[in-house]
Amino acid sequence: MTVGDELAIASWGLTKRFGRQVAVDGIDLAVPRGQVYGFLGPNGSGKTTTIRLLLGLIRPTAGRHELLGEPIPAAAARILPRVGSLVEGPAFHPYLSGGDNLARLDAADRTANPATAKRRISTALERVGLLAAAGKRYRAYSLGMRQRLALAATLLSHRDLLILDEPTNGLDPQGTREVRSLITALAADGTTVMLSTHLLSEVEQICGHVGVMHLGRLVAQAPLRELRAAAVPRARVETDRPDDAASVMRELGLTDIEVHDEAATGLLGPVPAEKVVAALVHDGVAVRGFAVVAPDLEDLFVSLTGEGFDVSG
Amino acid sequence: MSAVDALPAVASGPARRISTRFLRSELWMIFGRRRNWAGLAVLAAVPILMAIAVKVSGNGTGGGGDGGPDFFASITDNGLFVALAALTVELGLFLPIAIASISADAIAGEANQGTLRYLLAVPVGRTRMLAVKYTAVVIFAVAATLVVAVTGTLIGLALFGGGPVTLLSGAQVSFGEGLVRLLGICAYLSVGLAALGAMGMFVSTLTEQPIGATIAIVMLSVASFILDSIPQIEWLHPYLLTHWWMSFGDLLRDPIGFDAIRSGLVTAGAYAVIFLTAAWARFSGRDVTS
Repeated sequence: MTVGDELAIASWGLTKRFGRQVAVDGIDLAVPRGQVYGFLGPNGSGKTTTIRLLLGLIRPTAGRHELLGEPIPAAAARILPRVGSLVEGPAFHPYLSGGDNLARLDAADRTANPATAKRRISTALERVGLLAAAGKRYRAYSLGMRQRLALAATLLSHRDLLILDEPTNGLDPQGTREVRSLITALAADGTTVMLSTHLLSEVEQICGHVGVMHLGRLVAQAPLRELRAAAVPRARVETDRPDDAASVMRELGLTDIEVHDEAATGLLGPVPAEKVVAALVHDGVAVRGFAVVAPDLEDLFVSLTGEGFDVSG
Repeated sequence: MSAVDALPAVASGPARRISTRFLRSELWMIFGRRRNWAGLAVLAAVPILMAIAVKVSGNGTGGGGDGGPDFFASITDNGLFVALAALTVELGLFLPIAIASISADAIAGEANQGTLRYLLAVPVGRTRMLAVKYTAVVIFAVAATLVVAVTGTLIGLALFGGGPVTLLSGAQVSFGEGLVRLLGICAYLSVGLAALGAMGMFVSTLTEQPIGATIAIVMLSVASFILDSIPQIEWLHPYLLTHWWMSFGDLLRDPIGFDAIRSGLVTAGAYAVIFLTAAWARFSGRDVTS
């Protein structure tokens, strides 16, 4: 059952239990090749455990998975050199310099060519903007620099797949922009990127596909476009009488109505937008502005999980 | 299955077909680290202190320890005995501490720093990781023993001179042969310490706290010495790793007494095989969540 030609990551019923707690609950991942796949979920929803499972760091309680069309852990020695990963934040030897830390990882890689190590290390450091600090001890690095070094480690050799767990964590806005454009550039070269994040804006900016984790389950997985299309748009009325507007909207059958200072909003559902305006005008509510807002990812998330974007227990 | 034959199958099987790059990186991590330099400096300081103390006081009576041969008395006759006296003294605690700290660091140290997950994701196979790490521990055991022996010989020669060596059995051999026998002693002790390192590897796979693992291994080796000193449990003594360590004096007899040396090597080999197998069994299936 290999689907290696289309999928960079595929899993079937992947499950991990720690004692009685189910951390990952039978997920079927399908990450298409060449895509930037946003792996979205609040802290504690099972994203990092899933990534550890994918890399073979922990063994599944049930289920199986493939990376780049080959089963893991059986083909790990052949496949993992083509996979760059950042798992649960950077980790390096504090008393070694950034460059020496990368040399250490490169030395551990049987497939890496020692003759080109120096050049590959400086290229990787340059791509993340860390070349100037290459000789500094890791201990002296800021959180943003550490994050960059971890990214550089994923770029030491050619990768067909990058699995990045919260890669912009700890970066300043400038660094965040740089990392996002780096990911976009890598994807343009054909590298598949699985980007685990709790930042909705990150997904909106750079991801074509999305998988949403909630309490260990994959509650949605689709191209971002499709997810948006399936979601219900929201009508927004700007008025000086938001309470009256809200009651008109309620009568029409709109749901999840919110009243703001000078506006009221509600989910349209099957109600045509023009009917809302007509009803408002008919009831004498002055309409200063009217808009049908495509749902933002946060609305989407709430509609998928039934709760806000908080830590899962 | 002879214990000595089985050891490479566990320890260095996969290492044969690969480059030595990872091993060299590992050695560089051990020998390039300031903490370990300090440890080696302490090992080297003991023979220097001993030699100076004997020189200043003008005689070498007393001393010796842990039931081993008393080399102190011979120091003023021949500088080579500074090395032997220092090895005897350091075998009780300092050398085990050095081996314990390096072997405990092997897996637990990487786990503690989080670098273990990145090495495994490179990927470094788990058997290969144990093989390379243990090879580095063995090399360190040899180096630590040699540091004591070489420093002791040099300071001994400088303060007391060399010349023919009077063996424990009373016969005299040339200084050159004395050196060869000292090297043989270093090799024998390295094997014993390497077996302790195998215990360290196993403990290292059980925890993410390298300091805790170090303490555990030092306690095991001290406990072994203590048990060895209780005559009521003499039946247990041949099974204790450290019981055979002080037998290195047999290499300084003429003819050399190989019985205890052989038993010491077999015991060390058995310990190494058992604990490396246990380390492999534990580590190869373990979930790495650090």
